[in-house]
Parts: sequence; C-alpha cells; structure tokens
Amino acid sequence: MAMLEVKGINKKFGKIEVLKGIDFELNKGEVLSIIGSSGSGKTTLLRCMTFLETAEQGTVFVDGDCVFDANEQKRISLAEARRRQLYFGLVFQSFNLFPQYTVFDNVCLAPKLLAKDRPDFRANKKAIYEEIENNARKLIERVGMTPRINMYPCQLSGGQQQRVAIARALALNPKILCFDEPTSALDPELTGEVLKVIRSLKDGDCTMVIVTHEMNFAREVSDKIIFMDNGVIAEQGTPDILENPKTERLNAFLNAFN
Amino acid sequence: MFGEVTLSLLKGFGVTCEVFALTLLFALPLGLIISFGSMSKFKPLKWLCKVFVWCIRGTPLMLQMIVVYYGPGLVGKWAQGIEDPNLIITWLASWTVFDRFVAVLVAFIINYACYFSEIYRGGIEAIPVGQREAGQVLGMKKSQLFFKVTLLQVIKRIVPPMSNEIITLVKDTSLARIIAVYEIIYAGERFIKAEGLIWPLFYTGAFYLIFCGVLTLLFGYIEKKLDYFRG
Repeated sequence: MAMLEVKGINKKFGKIEVLKGIDFELNKGEVLSIIGSSGSGKTTLLRCMTFLETAEQGTVFVDGDCVFDANEQKRISLAEARRRQLYFGLVFQSFNLFPQYTVFDNVCLAPKLLAKDRPDFRANKKAIYEEIENNARKLIERVGMTPRINMYPCQLSGGQQQRVAIARALALNPKILCFDEPTSALDPELTGEVLKVIRSLKDGDCTMVIVTHEMNFAREVSDKIIFMDNGVIAEQGTPDILENPKTERLNAFLNAFN
Repeated sequence: MFGEVTLSLLKGFGVTCEVFALTLLFALPLGLIISFGSMSKFKPLKWLCKVFVWCIRGTPLMLQMIVVYYGPGLVGKWAQGIEDPNLIITWLASWTVFDRFVAVLVAFIINYACYFSEIYRGGIEAIPVGQREAGQVLGMKKSQLFFKVTLLQVIKRIVPPMSNEIITLVKDTSLARIIAVYEIIYAGERFIKAEGLIWPLFYTGAFYLIFCGVLTLLFGYIEKKLDYFRG
C-alpha cells in the first residue's frame, strides 16, 4: 500500500485557483521531488499536505489512514488534528527555529511538550525526558551539529540553522518528512552541507517530499519526480524525465537551468 | 524644616508608589486580555475592544478619573428619583461615590490597560508567522505555542515601549491630586498654603527623578538579559 496518497487536491486563494486537481502516490522509503517554476503551486501543495493551508477539494491518506478529506462534515477534535499533524514533519525555507532556545532545546522542546500527554508522564517524567534528550543528542550528531549544541540560532550560519531544523523535525519521528525549498535561502556552499544531510536521510527508511530548485540534487536523490506547472502536474515519473522530458513545458523549464 | 518636609513628602510618595504598583499589577494582565480581544476573529468582540480602546485613549486620564469618581454617585441619585423601581433600578440607586483612592485606581488601571493592550498587540503581531507554523507542525497546542515560543519573543520586543509607558505612569500618578488623593504633589503643595513655602513642591521632583532612574536601570537590565537571542 502507498505510504502517501494524494487525490484531487484543489486549492483557491480568493478567485485564483492555485492547485487544480493534484494526484500522486508515494511508497514507504521513497523520495519525491517536486519541481517547477515559482508560482506553479509546489509550496501550496506541500502546505496543504501539512495542514498549514486547507484545500477546497481532495483527500490525503497516510499509510491507509485518511488524514484529510475536504468533504469531511464533522469537526475533528484538537487531539485528532494533532495526531494527523504528526504524521508529517516540515522543514521550512526560512528555518523558523525558535530564537530563544539553544540548538539542543530547539530539538527537545516539541517532544517534551508532547510527552506531557502520555498517561505515564507523571510517574516516569525523568526517564521520559532522558530518553528524549538522548534521542535529541543523537539527531544533532547525525546532522553534524554536536559542536554547536549549546549555541543559539542567531550564532549559527543559515546552513547550520537548517540542519538543526531538520533534526528538530526528525525528533518527532514523522512518517513523512517534507522540505519546502530547504536551500533556497542559502548560498551554494551552505546548500551543499544541507543537501548532504538530506541525502544521508535517504539511507534510513525516511519517506520524503522535497520541493526544490536543485535539479542535480533532485535527479540524484529522488525515486520520483513531479513537475508542476500552473497548478497541475504537467509531468511525473522517475528521475529519467529530467533527461528525456516528454512535455514541451518541462523541456523549456530544464533548458532554463543550462 | 527640611526633615519635616522630607518626612511629609515620603508619606505622599508612599501613596504614589501604591498607585503605581497596583496599577501595574492589574493593568498588565488586563491589557493582555484586551489585546486578545482586539485581535479576536469574533468580530463583535474585536470591535467592542477597539471602540473601548478608542474611548479611553481618546479622552484625558484626568477626565476619566473625575467620571469614575463622580459617575456612580450621579447614577445612584438619578435612580433614586425614579418611581416604582424594579430590581435593577434599586441596585443602581444603591450606587454612591467611590472611595477617592479606589476611583483613582480604577481609572488608572483601565487607562493603562488600554495603552498596554496596543503595545502587546504590536508585539504579538510582529512575531513572524513562521514561528506559529513551526509550532503547529511540531504538534504544539495553542497555549504551549504562546507560552513556550511566542511570549518571550513578545516580551523582548515590547520592553522598550513598555518602559516608556511605565515611566509615564510614574508621573501620571500626580493626576490623582485632582480628586484630592494625598500623593506626593498634594503633600508638597500643602506647604504653600500652610507655611508659604514653594520649595517643597520643587523638591518632589527629586523623588520622581530617583524613582524613574531606578526604573530606567531596571529596564536596561531586562533588555540586557534578553540580549542573548535575536528575533
């Protein structure tokens, strides 16, 4: 069964139709890259999946569980909304680290708050926190930020901040990790270090959706590529489509890079 | 003479400090509630708060104090004149003038809460939307997001405008003199009538200066404490 199943997503901002019926599927452990020019709806699609925007039509299934249905009549509880939210992790273009917390606390904060809802929290608080902190240290190690674990975001470069943001998203162990143009705010050198981290995640069985303008990276890391144009999927397939585009539009888009 | 004046002024200064401290104690949280109201998505509440803030900021504090002090008594008098009163009218008829000190407090708290609410609103709205979104994707509840993520960033942003407003409050307490609350200006003024001395009134300035100086240092300290992060 597909890990992620997106069907018929439609989204309007006022009268402008930004997404006009998006369908795709993604299997467990696969990496999907979404490419396309600015304004084609890539980011909006990602934001609809991660509940930062609400689509007017369509459904989203994660691992067979319906997490979004535009026709759902009854209002869902906050706890249920949170449960669905936690299927997804999201790494932002602008990092959005919490400025008043250190690297370590940025990674620990959400898991610790979440742990408060566990029935055994009061009895095992110490053990639970210790487990969260150990896990955070491992993740920070994994993104190569251990030497700066006690620094604040304002003391880090953009690339370092983004690596912390990745660790922060991983700390909640999401089924699907989404990246919204993770390197668009970085210079080429810093881009490299962030891409290296994302690449290393592929070796685990992380299912990922990456909105990106890095064509070489997309080609190398993806199992699947979606090319969006003007609110629709103009072409999708294996990374081969980047070598042999079938549509005129993708051809023109790729030529702009060379 | 100097000792006697100082002692007398200190007594007045005690009342000044009381007005100052109690106003802060109540106006700080009340302002936060009003700011939430004026940012509410529920339109009637939002407009009610906005109109209220407009009225309070649009009229002099001195006038508000007089209204709070004399208003209830006038309402009571009016209600007493109504024939065959119902339950509400009977209740209104029992209204009398506030205690002077309470009237001052009520007026100050409401007035300052409105100013604070606008400062809070500015601070909250200046937090980048990405912070809220990051919290949401990380599964935080709204209250957790506010207390664990937003609040400290808001505080950092509002310390400078708040210190301005709070230092203004120190000097605004002198308005309490209008309804004859015995604060420091009143205390100083008394020497003009009683002894023909003007210098005690000038001397009160020293108390204000010292008080504001201490506050300035305190706010400087807080600003420095919050200097460890940006954003």
